[in-house]
Order: sequence, then C-alpha cells, then structure tokens
Amino acid sequence: MFDWRYAWDTLPALGAALVVTLQATAGGMAIALVLGLALALARRSQRAWIAWPAGATIEFVRSTPLLVQIYFLFYVLPEAGLRASPLVTGVLALGVHYAAYCAEVYRAGLESVPRGQWEAAAALNLGRFRTLAAVIVPQAIPPVVPALGNYLVAMFKDTPLLSAITVVELLQTAKLVGAERFRYVEPLTLVGILFLVLSLVSAAGIGWVERRLQSRH
Amino acid sequence: MQPILRLRGVTKAYGAVAALAGVDLDVPPGEVVSVIGPSGSGKSTLLRLLMTLDRPDAGALEIDGESPWIMERGGRPVPADERHLRRVRGKVGMVFQHFNLFPHMTAVENVMEAPVHVLGMTADDARERARALLLQVGLEDKADAYPAQLSGGQKQRVAIARALAMRPKVMLFDEVTSALDPELVGGILALIRELAASRAMTLVIVTHHMAFAESCSDRVVFFDGGAIVEDGPPEAIFRQPRLERTRRFVQAVLESR
Amino acid sequence: MLDMLPSLLRGLAVTAGVTAGAAALAVVAAVAAGLARASRARLLRWPAAVYVEVFRGTSALVQLFWFYFVLPFFGVELPAFAAGVLVLGLNTGAYGAEVVRGAILAVPPGQRDAAAALNLGRLQTLRRVVLPQAWPAMLPPAGNLAIELLKNSTLVSLITITELTFAAQLARAQTLRSAEIFGVVLVLYFATALVITGGMRLLERRAARGLERGGR
Repeated sequence: MFDWRYAWDTLPALGAALVVTLQATAGGMAIALVLGLALALARRSQRAWIAWPAGATIEFVRSTPLLVQIYFLFYVLPEAGLRASPLVTGVLALGVHYAAYCAEVYRAGLESVPRGQWEAAAALNLGRFRTLAAVIVPQAIPPVVPALGNYLVAMFKDTPLLSAITVVELLQTAKLVGAERFRYVEPLTLVGILFLVLSLVSAAGIGWVERRLQSRH
Repeated sequence: MQPILRLRGVTKAYGAVAALAGVDLDVPPGEVVSVIGPSGSGKSTLLRLLMTLDRPDAGALEIDGESPWIMERGGRPVPADERHLRRVRGKVGMVFQHFNLFPHMTAVENVMEAPVHVLGMTADDARERARALLLQVGLEDKADAYPAQLSGGQKQRVAIARALAMRPKVMLFDEVTSALDPELVGGILALIRELAASRAMTLVIVTHHMAFAESCSDRVVFFDGGAIVEDGPPEAIFRQPRLERTRRFVQAVLESR
Repeated sequence: MLDMLPSLLRGLAVTAGVTAGAAALAVVAAVAAGLARASRARLLRWPAAVYVEVFRGTSALVQLFWFYFVLPFFGVELPAFAAGVLVLGLNTGAYGAEVVRGAILAVPPGQRDAAAALNLGRLQTLRRVVLPQAWPAMLPPAGNLAIELLKNSTLVSLITITELTFAAQLARAQTLRSAEIFGVVLVLYFATALVITGGMRLLERRAARGLERGGR
C-alpha cells in the first residue's frame, strides 16, 4: 500500500523544504526572543503611555489567530509600500506572534527575581538600565529557557501555515509533490513523521537543558 | 487464640532504602500495642503494609488469618483478586498523621462516604450513624463544617470518627498527634485512651508520647533500623529495658521533655 | 465595509460551530486519554501515550491535510467539516490529556491512602475523591486550550470550510480592502476569545465554590 520507492524519491524535495522550514523557524524565533523581551520590559515600565500599549499589544496578538495575522501582513504590507518576499513576511508574522508568548514567559522570569536583587542594585546606585542589563535580566532568563524552548518547538510546528502565503516549506512541498502523481499518502506521511521526530528530539533536548539548569542551582 | 495480625520475615524497601528488614510480629485480638522508635525506623511502613496500602517485598503478612495478597483457589495459593483484597482490607482502619480528610466534603459527609459506598448503607442510616460518631468524638456541632473550617484537633477527631464508621477489627494510628499544636494533643490522646479502654478492637499505635504509651498499652514494641529490637509490657520497656539500645532511646525521649 | 459584515458574521457562525464541535470531542478525548495515562495498567497507558505524543508532536495543519487528503486512499472519505472537527478535537484533546493527567497527579497521595484505608474501590476513589479535587485545577489550563482551539479553527479555511478566515479571504478578493477586512476579523476573533475567557472564569468560580467553603 505504501509506496516506499516513491517515498524515497520525494526525500530530496522534502530535504530542501526542510531547510526553508528551519530558516523560517530560526528567523521567527530570533525576532520573537528580542521583541518579546522588549515588550516584557516595556510592560513593566512606570510610564503608562509605554506600559499600556505594550500590554494591549501582547494581549491582542496572543488572543488572535496566527493565520489571520499572516494574511494581514501579506496583503497589507505591500499596500503600505513595503515589498517583502513571502518567506520574510511569514518570518515577521511568526516573530511578532510568538513575541507575545515570549513576553509572558519573560514576565514570569522577571517576577521570579527576588526583590532583594533590585534593592541591592539600588543601594549600589546602579541606574535602571544597568540594573536590568547586568543584574535582573541575567537572572530572569535561565529559569524560563525551557518554556522558551517549548515555544521554539511550537513555532516550528506552525511553519506549515506559511504555505497559505505560498512559502515553499515542508507542507507546501508535500502538496506540490503529491499533486504531480496525485498521490499524497507518502509525502504527507513523511512530512508528519519528520515533524514528529524533530519535535520529540527537541523536547528531549529541552528536557536535557532543563535538567542541566536545575543542577546548577 | 489465633493472632489477628501476624507477620513473618516481612521485608520492604523503597528504592535503595530498606524500610523493613525481616519483621516478625504476632498481635492477639483486642490487644493495644504501642510502637515506638526513632524516625525512619520503619514504623510508618509497618502500618502502611498492615493497611495494605503497600505490599511487602518478601515475607508473610496475615490479617485475621488471611493474606491480603494471596488467596486459595482449589486448595492452591494464587494471587488474590480485587474482591479478596478488599474483603481482607475491610478489617483494618487507619488514622493518618496529616488527617487526609476529603476537603470537598463536610465532616458528616466524610464520615458517611465509605459506609454508603462500600457497606451499602442507605444515606439516611449512614448520616444517623455519622452524627452519632461525631457526637462520640465531641464534634456534633461541627457536622456540617468543611475541613478547612476546622482546627487540627477537630480534623483529627473527624478522621477518627470516619475510620470508626467502618467498624474495623484493627485500628492503626500513625503518629496522629504529630501534626497538631501542643494544646490539642491531649484531647486526641484522651479519645484514643477511651477506645483502648472500651476493648472493642485491636489497636496499633505509632507514637512519640511515652507516658501515653505506658499508660494505655498492653504491650510496647521498640523499632529501630527496620526491625523489632525489643518487645514487651510497658513496665519492662520503659522501666527495665533488656537492651542498651532501648534504654538509650527511652532515656533520650524522656530527657527531651 | 458594512455590506461585508453579513458574510463575515456567517463565517463567524461556522467558526463557532467548528470550535464548539471540536471542543466537545476534545473534552471526551482529553478525559479518556488523561485517565488512561494516569492509570496503572500498561495496556491503557501506552496507546494513550502514543495518541498524545503523535498529535502533540506533529503540526495541526499537517494533521488536517493528512486526514483530508490521505484517508480517502484508505477508503475513508470525510466531508471537510467532519475532518476539521475531528482533527481539531483530537489535536486539542491530546494537549488536554496532559492537563487532565497533571491535575489528577496533583491530588495529594494522602487522599488515595485515606480512600484505600476506608476500603473504597478504585473507581469509587476516582469518582468520589480524586476527580472532584482535580477538576478545579483543570479549568485555567483548559481555558487556554479553548482559546488555542479558537485560533486553530482558522486552519480549516485551508481545506475549504467557509469559516471566518475563509470569508475574510473572499471579501478581500472581492473588495481588495485588506487592512479593513483583516483588521475587523482580528477584532472579531479577539472579542470571541474574550467571551470564551469570560465563560471559563465563570466555570472556575463555580468550581472553586465547591472547594472554597472547604478550601484546601
């Protein structure tokens, strides 16, 4: 029933598509990690005109569907005069969407830093920026690395949504290959297995990182 | 008369830690036995095995002449089925150090639960019996309170009433006053003393309170390192222990008062 | 803009239908798999573990396409709506199973000891002692999963179900007013998410009342 020969033949195409998928994940995560931290810090600001929009953005982006956000950027950016390839648009959408999730993770990390650290920094007359950069953030991040890792895996599993805006990642490739011979079983199953194997491996990796971090404390 | 509890060479380890190392013990029906010993000596494990919460790794354990884990079928021993285990288990009741009351039920509901769902009593009969038991432990006005609204001593009284409601032949008490504020301890000990005096059932009491153990037990068993070190009437264990180890433990506990 | 609204609202109704149907299936799957994973019987644990790992480890959209395009080869032709509800339900149910299992395991072991000491049977212990205490702990994560499900419902637009995102695409193709249409659609999803969150908070409060008088 399962045509192994055919499956084997599709592997090169899937391999190339995997590269695109990984590029999208890496790019998206890079944006999410940085933007997420910025949003989390902004939300903690004493100035309401910074804190409130940051909070609202996080809530809105977290509660609305990624696919609609992808479509929004895909159609609206060109109208605003910004031409970008589908891949770049997709990476941007993934990055912004997951920045909202990462912001919540960072928030938990920041809140877990003991009050005494802030007070010690104040006693040493360190400015706000220095306090954050040298004292608080370095302590806030290690405990939340596993949670960030989980979002990395989640983003990886969301990359097929980019097929809706013609990015030729794994799912889109499987559909194209399958359409050639009108036989979808093998390519789609292979893609499914690829995702499963990669996310199980990543989950194990994250567990390893988590244990390493715990043993340090 | 056949012992109601019999252990032969009972061994139990949790991972690499040996909690019980070859315990032999016979308890005749109606006896009040106090079990004393340092922390980690295996006393709680002993009670858990007697309550069939855990199973021995080796050795024989019999409750009222039957093993909870092995039954006879056609004259040959086979692993026990659920029905057999529960039948044997029903002869034993236990009161825990941390009460373990069901937080989502009121006091009277806690006491009614097992009689209704295990003994098949009607809710009305069970409720009547529950209220009578709560009266017996001095909590009739707290019948409709939830555990969170009760003090530690009150919770433990409900726990005792709950265990009594099943009319077990053997009652196990696992350091039931250790989690209580000092001023509440006396009340619980008095309750247990009443139960002991009534001679209605066999009691096995793990306790740190030596004066209490001396005053109401028929027999004291000293546990250390997972085995019984010395076993005898209270006067012997507390006043004239045979072994140096026993003497040292008793002295240390008396001095710490 | 206003003339677009009726078709968008029709799409929203389909979104609600898909979400509700999948949610019902997810609850059943989550409870069944969660209980199975928390059980002591290997025969129950392993199939449940496979179900959970497969559905959590693969992409929801890939699962959707697989059920819609591959199953026909095995003789099972599912209409798009059924495929959508089935896949989303099973996908969310896999995540829900972990929530159920975690909540059950979080009930203090002393409670099981007390139930055993009272000679309650295994099923009775589960029904009368463990589940009533596990239930309030399941609700906050379940609320998050409900929002995730709402967001995942957009995926079925890619297998031609005419829910809200599909309707938005149609409207955009007709009027080319992308920013307005997708902006409105985002707001509609946000409003729906708020309704779901509100509903879950009500449930949480009702469940907490059962324990609240009892507290912890």
